[in-house]
Amino acid sequence: MQEMSADELALRIRVDAVEMTHRGRSSHVGSVLGMADIVASLYANVLRIRPEEPDWVARDRLILSKGHAGAGVYAALAEVGFFGTEMLLQHCADGSILSGHVSHKGVPGVEFSTGSLGHGLGVAAGRAFAGQLSGADYRVYCVMSDGECDEGSVWEAAMFASHHRLGCLVGVVDYNKIQSLAAVSDTLGLEPFADKWRAFGWAVVEVDGHDTEALSRALDVARNPTGQPTMIIAHTTKGKGVSFMEEAVLWHYRTPQGEEYEAAMAELRGQ
Amino acid sequence: MRDTFAARLVERARDDERVMFLTGDLGFGVFEEFQRELPNQYLNVGVAEQNLIAVATGLALEGRIVFAYSIGNFPVLRPLEQIRNDAAYHGANVNVVCVGGGFSYGPLGVSHHATEDIAVMRALPGVEAFTPGTLSDVRESVDALIDTGGTGYLRLDKSQGIDEVGAEPFQVGAWRVMSDGADVALVACGGVLGEAQTAAKALRARGLSVRVVDATQVTGLAAEAVIDALGAVSLAVTMEEHVTRGGLAGVVAEAIALSGSGPKMCARGIQGGFMSAVGSQAYLRRLVGLDAHSVDECVWEAVTSG
Repeated sequence: MQEMSADELALRIRVDAVEMTHRGRSSHVGSVLGMADIVASLYANVLRIRPEEPDWVARDRLILSKGHAGAGVYAALAEVGFFGTEMLLQHCADGSILSGHVSHKGVPGVEFSTGSLGHGLGVAAGRAFAGQLSGADYRVYCVMSDGECDEGSVWEAAMFASHHRLGCLVGVVDYNKIQSLAAVSDTLGLEPFADKWRAFGWAVVEVDGHDTEALSRALDVARNPTGQPTMIIAHTTKGKGVSFMEEAVLWHYRTPQGEEYEAAMAELRGQ
Repeated sequence: MRDTFAARLVERARDDERVMFLTGDLGFGVFEEFQRELPNQYLNVGVAEQNLIAVATGLALEGRIVFAYSIGNFPVLRPLEQIRNDAAYHGANVNVVCVGGGFSYGPLGVSHHATEDIAVMRALPGVEAFTPGTLSDVRESVDALIDTGGTGYLRLDKSQGIDEVGAEPFQVGAWRVMSDGADVALVACGGVLGEAQTAAKALRARGLSVRVVDATQVTGLAAEAVIDALGAVSLAVTMEEHVTRGGLAGVVAEAIALSGSGPKMCARGIQGGFMSAVGSQAYLRRLVGLDAHSVDECVWEAVTSG
């Protein structure tokens, strides 16, 4: 694996994501930019993985449940050496295997395919349960969006995970407070969000979702000896790193083209 | 059929600790032996079917062979997207088990009539769907689901089920011809196979040569395999406790159309809307013309009218 800091990896993910969504004329760049520090902390500092052996049995499992931000995981995987970064340029292209929503087919390191929200946490819980049954040591991470928590299936999984004391399960919510069409608070409010998870039996850690040190610390101590699963609520800014995309609903769907693409790349390259 | 399923599953699970049974909080009085004997392979996930399939998928991706059980539509329609995206797309060895296919839970109402499941499951890529008509089919289906990997569906009738083996062995990719005949083929899936056998007896008494085909599965069948099973009859009648759109009738109609050969066909099943009438499985079968007597009458009329 190429050694790089989480902050450096996060910047590369952001640059890659703008390039990928530009070339692929695809959506969700704001989502990827906002969660880049979470993904970078995981891949640079936390996950026990072997890029040269993607199916290593003892690896930590990461499921990206907010599959629409798949470009961020593809970028991270390429940057840490699971496959060549040149493959990223095929994102959303005809004949490519890198679909807009994350897919495992033929892509080394992608643990699970998602795209419809509310699917990841239950599968992550099943994998954690399997590990617990067999006495395996791996941890299971599930990165979710805030809007995703509108789905009832999330809370089915939440109950299951605490009931079965899946201490090796760590959820991360990219809490950018903007969902598809409007602010979360104007759509289907989640607050008191941390209390909801606590009430469902989870240990909750709230962090600045752009502070890779704090994130890494929170993510790595999460092998919870009490048996409680851990939910990390990462407060983030959607579109982080490109000023005109920050906190803008528009950039959930808009694809960076023309001057906007140039401006975004210039701003990121200046960081 | 349910008891046969439970018995076969516990036999297989004893020998293979990868085999797990997950239930969505149903199966009272049937799986206690499994739970008692193999507690680490048994899991009640509660009344949460989406999570049932999600957890089953997670376990399967870690090497388990999972049977995800509930009744009627609950394990099929509620978590359909989990079956499609999570289990089937990943080729996970998750086997969805619906006990009470069709009108098994007749008096309980429309919510409990599993009458579109075959069409739905048949459409999903990567799902092998079994519709056993006999107890031996049930055992063989369980074995096939365990041994062939991938995502599966097992539709069980709640009735006792026919304890007959038939002349031909169970085979994945082919139907089981229960009895040979040259004029008419009665093709039935699930518990309604019993009605087909009774109807065949009546039709034989009228002088017809009747073939009975046990449609053990509704996926993975080449058109030729279906046409072969129909033999040289001039009329094929499909019988299913299911809507006549997209289910067993669809399998046969597609095979006939695509192969450009085969007999005329007639589809028996649910033609109209929801069955809001209340009644036993036998009563509802009569109501939609799936009972032996109705089939006997309709076949005789079709044959004699031309």
